Amino acid sequence: MAEKTREQYLETKELLRRFFSRLELELRRILPQIIAILAAFLAGAIVLLLTGYSPIEAYGALMRGAFGDAFGVGQTFTQATPIIFTALAFLFAFKSGLFNIGAEGQLLVGGFAAALVGISFDGLPSFVHVPMALLAGALAGGLWGFIPAILKAKLGAHEVITTMMLSYVAFYVTGYLVNYPYKAPGWVSQTPPIAPSAELPRILQPTQLSASILIAVILVGLTHYTLQKTTFGYEVRAIGLNPAAAESGGISITRGMILALVISGAMAGLGGAGEVMGVHRRFIEGFSPGYGWDGLAVALVGGLNPVGVLLAAVLFGALRSGGMVMTRVTGVPLDIVSILQALVILFVAAPMLIRYLLKRGGFKWLSS
Amino acid sequence: MTTAIEMNGITKTFPSVVANDKIDFVVEKGEIHGLLGENGAGKTVLMNILYGLDRPDEGQIFVNGKEVEMDSPATAIKLGIGMVHQHFMLVPSLTVAENIILGKELTKNKVLLDMNRMLNDVKDFCERYKLEVDLKAPVYTLPVGVQQRVEILKALYRGADILILDEPTSVLTPQEVEELFKAVRALKEQGKTVIFISHKLKEVLAICDRITVLRRGKVVGAVKADETILGELAETMVGRKVVFTFKKKRIKTREVVLKTENLKAIDDRGLPALKGVDFEVCAFEILGIAGVEGNGQTELVEVLTGLRKATEGKILVDNNDITKASPGERIRLGISHVPEDRHKRGLIPDFSVMENLILGSHNKPPFTVGRVRLNFEKISNYAKRLIKDFSIKTPNKDTPVRHLSGGTQQRVVVAREFSRKPKLIIASQPTRGLDVGATEYVRKKLVEMRDQGCAVLLISADLDEIWALSDRIAVIYEGEIVAIKDPEKTSERELGLLMAGGKSG
Repeated sequence: MAEKTREQYLETKELLRRFFSRLELELRRILPQIIAILAAFLAGAIVLLLTGYSPIEAYGALMRGAFGDAFGVGQTFTQATPIIFTALAFLFAFKSGLFNIGAEGQLLVGGFAAALVGISFDGLPSFVHVPMALLAGALAGGLWGFIPAILKAKLGAHEVITTMMLSYVAFYVTGYLVNYPYKAPGWVSQTPPIAPSAELPRILQPTQLSASILIAVILVGLTHYTLQKTTFGYEVRAIGLNPAAAESGGISITRGMILALVISGAMAGLGGAGEVMGVHRRFIEGFSPGYGWDGLAVALVGGLNPVGVLLAAVLFGALRSGGMVMTRVTGVPLDIVSILQALVILFVAAPMLIRYLLKRGGFKWLSS
Repeated sequence: MTTAIEMNGITKTFPSVVANDKIDFVVEKGEIHGLLGENGAGKTVLMNILYGLDRPDEGQIFVNGKEVEMDSPATAIKLGIGMVHQHFMLVPSLTVAENIILGKELTKNKVLLDMNRMLNDVKDFCERYKLEVDLKAPVYTLPVGVQQRVEILKALYRGADILILDEPTSVLTPQEVEELFKAVRALKEQGKTVIFISHKLKEVLAICDRITVLRRGKVVGAVKADETILGELAETMVGRKVVFTFKKKRIKTREVVLKTENLKAIDDRGLPALKGVDFEVCAFEILGIAGVEGNGQTELVEVLTGLRKATEGKILVDNNDITKASPGERIRLGISHVPEDRHKRGLIPDFSVMENLILGSHNKPPFTVGRVRLNFEKISNYAKRLIKDFSIKTPNKDTPVRHLSGGTQQRVVVAREFSRKPKLIIASQPTRGLDVGATEYVRKKLVEMRDQGCAVLLISADLDEIWALSDRIAVIYEGEIVAIKDPEKTSERELGLLMAGGKSG
């Protein structure tokens, strides 16, 4: 009997030890990110002081605006939603070794395709119409990822160039479509509203937070699962980390890269569809203030890890939603938010600097 | 007699290992001193400390009897220490003379290069040290052995009195090794001191006056070469008895597993690399392919494993034409591949040991369920079994392979490739850069696989290795198999000549 208890005790101890070593590992991994964020806020405070504002008041207003009440939280998550999609898009392609910097364009075509399906059908039940529109968005985004993928596979065209250029194509093509063939009457460049049956429900009235956030969160889990637990994810990671060895191991690099870029595009497209179906209920020209680019930054700030992406996207969403409140309450110009975002990115992108600072601070164990 | 180098109580600790543990290392003036040890024994760390690339935690360094603070290679050079690295640091497009004077250029009026004066200087050097080189030839046109001579000249030109040669023979043919030894002896006659780093026992015994042996960061022996025999030295180095020859259980079959017919391919620059290669490998047989590196071996392996397209010819495995099969299909057909460069082709350094062990089988049951989901329970058990069976020294199965030593990494590759139940193994430079212990292990495993009925194609630049393992030896030269020999009816000399493009006598 005593033997058994002892065994159980040892087992529990082992489990705990594993848990804590895992926790330490994770913390160690995200510590540079956390420090980068803190450093950015500190540098932002200096900017605020120099321009004659109180950092405490400004940041206080920002925090209250972003998380102080249900409305703020709703706005924060509304702002975070599309960035989660585009950040996951960047992350997925990146895991296969590709730089998809065209999430902006994939988001736009996805949004437009969803709008098109939303407008074109009437009288469908929601449970048919919504998936149809979402699917259209994903397919359009996927197509926008497939083009650079096939150009890379067949002609060796670098995806950084092609994805970026295709973003402009998407911008102008949707711009034309929304200004001419599909323009709703009136002076705004927008399509007519989508059928109510294609609308994603708002889940936190009166904010614009829609069910798209749920899809985003599911996608975070799905991305993690795909990369870590599936055969395909294994292949994608192998290709990204060492294509030559992956090839020796019988993995088709071409196939893996094409699929990864298509999936990446589809994720961004789905994000566009979510915006159109959940927030705007139509395609409005210029509805994206650069979600695609924010996605890239968020993916990096999130440590190229799906869960990290979720957290980083919420941070960026909070900066946007809280920033507006901060401006209204304290008169601090909204530009400080852009400065903060830029600083976060700068500090995250400068891991050498962070490591150096850590070393000076005595955290020697981190730099190894 | 004064000492050229005296290192006292050198200790250097890295986060997880003690690389050098109170090492005393003394080199007399004018001797050839061998520094022998397995990989990871601390040779490189010690030499990096001597050359100012690393700072010791403890210990003193004396050069010519004077204590010095070795804070950078510049200091080392100033003190007359020169180092010839394993990987040459030459500019291929520049001529020999230009390479030698690089970094110590003489000028006219402080602006224009005084090429003539430099040429004369360098010519003097060549004559004095009997190192013959065509000074006007661009370096890329020269064979490796000559490039090495250029490196030595470069160090001498910078005023080196003490020359460190890091694994200098690893890239040379037997004839080139002879040439190198001549040059090293000439240097000694001129009063230079040479430190010869190697893990090849035979060579160290052949060339050195005294030998210091390192094992796990400690000095385990300091001997005079002429008072030592090979076996003893090996034991000192490894810490136990070492097997040099493998009893061959020769089973004669004519069951051909791999057959190539007029195989041709081009290299990355678009030049012909294989010019019609024909050979067969049978079950229960190791066919060794000997040759100086760069004679088409890399391309041959890539064509056989499906990583490079054949421009002409056929590859047959069990009489099935696989010339057009993808690498994945070939793995499924039972072809295993130990790549020449394990970092480039063999492993994914950031993947864990477990993940690396299933590369290539990851899409086959039982590791995958319906080719969708990975079955981690099966994978984990499999990994644990392989770690045990192949004695892979790793903290656990989830450790990234990047953190393991070179020998252990190669064990991961070997474990993966040999556990797939292959019918053909293509092993390319399987023991390159491995220490004696790991080398012995890999060789033993190859023979074991052969004895179980595998056909083994062994490609190696190490003639000793080919010699020890092969049932038949093919020599490759400039993309052609120039001869296939029975090891019992040929000599090292004959093979060396064939490798260098000569005709067999």
